[in-house]
Amino acid sequence: MSATVSSPQADRAAAARASTKVPRDHRIRREPLDRIGVALRTAMLALGSLIFLIPFYLLIRNSLSVRREIAGRTFTLWPETLQWDNFSAIFANDTIPFARSLFNSVVVSIVQTTLTVALAAMAGYGLARIPFRFSGLLTGVVLATLMIPAAVTFVPTFVMVSSLGWVSSLQGLIIPGLFSALAVFLFRQQFTDFPKDLEEAGRIDGLGYFGVFWRVVLPNSGAFVAAVAAITFLGSWNAFLWPLVIGQDPSSWTVQVALSSYTTSQSPNYPQLFAAATIAILPVMVLFIGLQRFIRQGYESTGSTG
Amino acid sequence: MASQAAVGAPRAGLGRKLLGPQNRNLWFWVFVGPFLLGLLIFVYIPILWSIYLSFFDARNTVTPTTFVGFDNYKFMLTDPAFLSSLGTFAVFAVFIVPVTYAFGLALALAVNRTHWFQAFYRSAFFLPTACSYVVASLIWRMTIFNGVRSGLANTVLGWFGFDNVAWLSVTHPPWYWLVLVTLRLWLQVGFYMILFLAGLQRIPPILYEAAAIDGAKAGWQTFRYITFPQLRATSVAVLVLLLINAFQAFDEFYNTLSNFGSYPPYARPPLVYLYYIALGSQQDLGRGSAGAIILAVLIGLVTVLQARFLTGRRRSA
Repeated sequence: MSATVSSPQADRAAAARASTKVPRDHRIRREPLDRIGVALRTAMLALGSLIFLIPFYLLIRNSLSVRREIAGRTFTLWPETLQWDNFSAIFANDTIPFARSLFNSVVVSIVQTTLTVALAAMAGYGLARIPFRFSGLLTGVVLATLMIPAAVTFVPTFVMVSSLGWVSSLQGLIIPGLFSALAVFLFRQQFTDFPKDLEEAGRIDGLGYFGVFWRVVLPNSGAFVAAVAAITFLGSWNAFLWPLVIGQDPSSWTVQVALSSYTTSQSPNYPQLFAAATIAILPVMVLFIGLQRFIRQGYESTGSTG
Repeated sequence: MASQAAVGAPRAGLGRKLLGPQNRNLWFWVFVGPFLLGLLIFVYIPILWSIYLSFFDARNTVTPTTFVGFDNYKFMLTDPAFLSSLGTFAVFAVFIVPVTYAFGLALALAVNRTHWFQAFYRSAFFLPTACSYVVASLIWRMTIFNGVRSGLANTVLGWFGFDNVAWLSVTHPPWYWLVLVTLRLWLQVGFYMILFLAGLQRIPPILYEAAAIDGAKAGWQTFRYITFPQLRATSVAVLVLLLINAFQAFDEFYNTLSNFGSYPPYARPPLVYLYYIALGSQQDLGRGSAGAIILAVLIGLVTVLQARFLTGRRRSA
């Protein structure tokens, strides 16, 4: 606890502060060639970012078009009249249970995010901070599952879930995905770095393990919780393989499965299909743009564990 | 602290002992127990059950009775479709891993250096990572590479006087690879760019200052001797993640190539193959389990070998 020992977090913060003071361009000598380099870089970034936004433009264009403008003889830059009706028509379309699948996705994603974060934060805190004889062994048991590629376990997990009778049910969609070893690992790291003084202060005020966790540790880890929650929500909303495996009855489809099945069906109504896709990515886009900073930091801590 | 509590607690009773000082053991299980229980039920037991199933004839059942020994494994390892799915993965990895690595690194370097609109560029490249593979496949399949003249790719080819290409339905040449690789590149590269950007931010600026004083030219020389070596840890993480993710590819293959519930015989990566074996009309959970285990072992081996190879190079470099 001496002043000379600084936490990794403080180090990182100091490094970040230092690096913002130093000009981003570290080069000291400027040469004529540099100007060409700068021009090339700017061109690459400008062109590249435009190309990366094209799919979003196409998605929006298509969802406001008539079929002829999407798959006609020539490329249409922008629909002649904007077909806002596509967005209401998809809900009235009998061949795809769109409203139901949207509802399922909302329920699955919200419940899964909340419970995953709660379970992982508690487990991470317990492993990091509550002294227990077999703590090390159990940490190993959790980390070992990081080595198992998640997608390969879909057959074993399907065996389990179908014997529980959970095929085509919301619990079958939600519960098997709640136990993220990666989230536990990240929380454990985070709480190991948490300043012990703060916890001691809480303990002196008479808080027990749960009180310290709930009143001191969690409120002071807001950014980290937000990062894990946002990433979990994205993963849950966008998940496809497991919902496809488990959603054998259309009433249990998530929005991704519904979109997929409509895409690969006999004769989808193109404009409505794209309107559905636009609706399907809207929530994650809003979330992503709003929480981009947290998501980025979350991915950075994921990557450094790789 | 532990000894104090132990002295304070009466040494009587097994219950007392199980709870531990200050009920610590109890609290440990309150915090960690629910997660471990879930892990046991939904990860560990299913895996053991699958290992059991892989030795049985388990069509349409999870409680089989006919023991078949290693037959399921023998079937999988000699099934040309399974072997060709491994080949499909290899081809996919050969394209997607180096291309994503190079683009991710190049974008990170460019974004890191730029002074104008840095936040905009970073967001533009990062935004696709929030899109689902299903939606991306829809856009790729029906608008960009839809094979008719009004598709974006064919429109661009048309400007240069080329004929239409049926991107997804021809196998000679296998244009579908272009569709699949560009899709995954678009969707993933922003994630890896973020990892590289974080790596770049961690390089101490003093290294560049020292190099400049020593006369190193900005550009290739500083990249070759400072930036790239300093990014080694990030590079290893990125390559391992890229390979594992390529191995687990399913969503974009399924959604760009399948039609009315059937999948063409080509371009089946391992998970697509496994999906049809385990959950297709046969619901052959015995063979499906054997396949899952073979794949898990393979990916474990590849990951270990790759990590060995990449860190081994560090020592010799």
